Amino acid sequence: MKEIAIVGYQQSDAVSDAGAQNEVELIIPVLSRIFEQVGITNAQDVDFVCSGSCDYLQGAAFAFVLGVDALGAVPPIKESHVEMDAAWALYESVLKIRMGHADSALVYGFGKSSPGELPIVLSQQLDPYYLAPQWVDTISLAAMQARMMLDRGLITERDMAEVVARSRRNALDNPHAQLKGDVTADDILAEETYLSPLRRSDCCPISDGASAMVICTVEKAKAWGKPYAVISGIDHIIESHNPGMRDLTDSVSTRKAAENAGMGKGKVDVAELYAPFSHQELILTRALGLGDDTNINPSGGVLAGNLMMASGLSRIGEVFNRIVAGDAERGVAHTTSGPCLQHNLVAVLDKGEVA
Amino acid sequence: MANLAAVVGIGQTSYTTKRNDVSIAGLVREAAVNALNDADLTWDDIDAVILGKAPDMFEGIIMPEIYLTDALGCNGKPMLRVHTAGSVGGSTALVAASHVQSGTFDRVLTVSFEKQSESNAMWALSNPQPFSTHLNAGAGGYFAPIIREYIRRSGAPADVGIKVAVKDRLHGARNPLAHLQLPEISMEEVADSFMLWDPIRYLESCPSSDGACAMVIASEELADKASKPPAWIRGVAMRSEPTMYAGREEVNPQAGRDCAADVYKQAGISDPRKDLDVAEVYVPFSWYEPMWLENLGFAPEGEGWKLTMEGATSLIDGGDIPWNPSGGVLSSNAIGASGMIRFAEAARQVRNDAGDHQVPGAKLALGHAYGGGAQFFAMWVVGAEKA
Repeated sequence: MKEIAIVGYQQSDAVSDAGAQNEVELIIPVLSRIFEQVGITNAQDVDFVCSGSCDYLQGAAFAFVLGVDALGAVPPIKESHVEMDAAWALYESVLKIRMGHADSALVYGFGKSSPGELPIVLSQQLDPYYLAPQWVDTISLAAMQARMMLDRGLITERDMAEVVARSRRNALDNPHAQLKGDVTADDILAEETYLSPLRRSDCCPISDGASAMVICTVEKAKAWGKPYAVISGIDHIIESHNPGMRDLTDSVSTRKAAENAGMGKGKVDVAELYAPFSHQELILTRALGLGDDTNINPSGGVLAGNLMMASGLSRIGEVFNRIVAGDAERGVAHTTSGPCLQHNLVAVLDKGEVA
Repeated sequence: MANLAAVVGIGQTSYTTKRNDVSIAGLVREAAVNALNDADLTWDDIDAVILGKAPDMFEGIIMPEIYLTDALGCNGKPMLRVHTAGSVGGSTALVAASHVQSGTFDRVLTVSFEKQSESNAMWALSNPQPFSTHLNAGAGGYFAPIIREYIRRSGAPADVGIKVAVKDRLHGARNPLAHLQLPEISMEEVADSFMLWDPIRYLESCPSSDGACAMVIASEELADKASKPPAWIRGVAMRSEPTMYAGREEVNPQAGRDCAADVYKQAGISDPRKDLDVAEVYVPFSWYEPMWLENLGFAPEGEGWKLTMEGATSLIDGGDIPWNPSGGVLSSNAIGASGMIRFAEAARQVRNDAGDHQVPGAKLALGHAYGGGAQFFAMWVVGAEKA
């Protein structure tokens, strides 16, 4: 199968409230920077464009339509959109390149979550007849999942606090992070519980922002003369929506997607995991079988800033950054969607040849 | 080059104002099961599911693919959700096809739906966008001035739209799944129906429908072994342009022309009226037939209405290039599914499986969808033969 490379990645700062900026204004600076990074002018210089966003964040139908205004889509371009995290827009773009209808693609995701009450808004992605009418918010569902893990003795509250503390410390080196600090697990454990057993620090913040990526065939990456990482595997799997029908303390779909993506074929130097809640990082780490030789969430992960609809793409972008910086040769990126890790995507990235 | 792929199963629900007898999950499952049965396959034969629908606010469920996983037999498989405005049904079929054309999967299920009765599409479309001009117009109000400009430029007689409205409903009366069943409809009845958005009358507009459409798309190897004739995918194309920009041609959008040229080139079509046997084209308001006849190259600019008036697009009048023999969007409009219905009906024609609205001997067909402010386009050409 055709080898596909990542040649550029940019993201905005994760901010708690972007104020009067609309979503197009969140996207444009990120796109300007990625065009500069790759050495192109606008979306006319790639063969395909795909984005990920969610109407309900902005609170109006067709939020993504205005995104096209940010692209320079005159003359018309080949463009598509998923109502999912932009990691799945990347997936769609990979298929487009594999089938030979594009040699390069721009992928972007954006979200302005601050205007609404995100955990409540997302309760409306649950089964509309049996679950959504109860307005079960995302934090409550995650708290239930954490409680099951604690009750079964799979983790301790200190394990969760260690995840948070590591995120805060790693985020000190991430200029885009929203939450960072030289924090210890004891500091976290000293906080009062928010939605038992979760403390506020166990939950990702609500952030506004965008991220973007350019991918292309390896031949094109060489022609462009840009450092690149190869997407050596990418797969995603969804599980039952009914929280009572699956083991919430494990992530079978993450494990299987990683197998399908070929994660086990080599050493994993770095992993970026989309874990909006601290205990979920522990589920994912175990599902992927990651050990001490893997640097997990060096960016701080989404506990340091969660760009809804873009954070999944950002996980892949962060692994790309580590590889082109020479900090890692091989890495894995994970993305999730739905309550309690229902849907999971895993991408394996390898160092490309020196351009 | 893309791998060859084909439609090997098609399933639809009937279309109607309110499907109170099923949940949303029940609706999509009905279409999916019909497609599996048509393909003589079971859930285990499907590698991935690709779901499409128009804005989530149409039903009030955020990312419904998350909830619909179980109903679509997708546990343990990949699920992708496409949303490209009104063109989404078509785009979803194209994204589904890319799963197979890329060589990544052997056989996928694609489903699109709308259950408009769960909410109010007119409301969902009229929600103000922050920091943007609020039109509060819905789709008809948006397109009416563009239609008036078409009439002004082309000098088309006033009854062209009425003729399309009658033709598509007479086609729809031959399709038992169609929402509107109006076998007795007349030009007078349409002319007398009340004016909604001048020049669009009530009977020149699409209905609001509940419904779902599904297809199974398979690789060449599997399609060769299919129990019924496959519809081979001969060309796929998508184009987008911004809603507004200085000098934008709104009557005959560049994105539509480019998309058509792309898909025709792949399918080896030089004269669409002559080379194609039938077209299923997204016509939600009657006047969009003559407008798209020109945009898609079936007629020179300014002359699309002549084909309509001559009966060239009528199956019943024995026209040489029937448009929307299924009755089209004017007879059934489950918005998120409407594009996929066009793609699926094109496939039914070349499989010689379109029942009473079959175009005799159809070998090559166009499926077309558009969305947003006539700015998003998705098209495919399907054929009875591989090339």
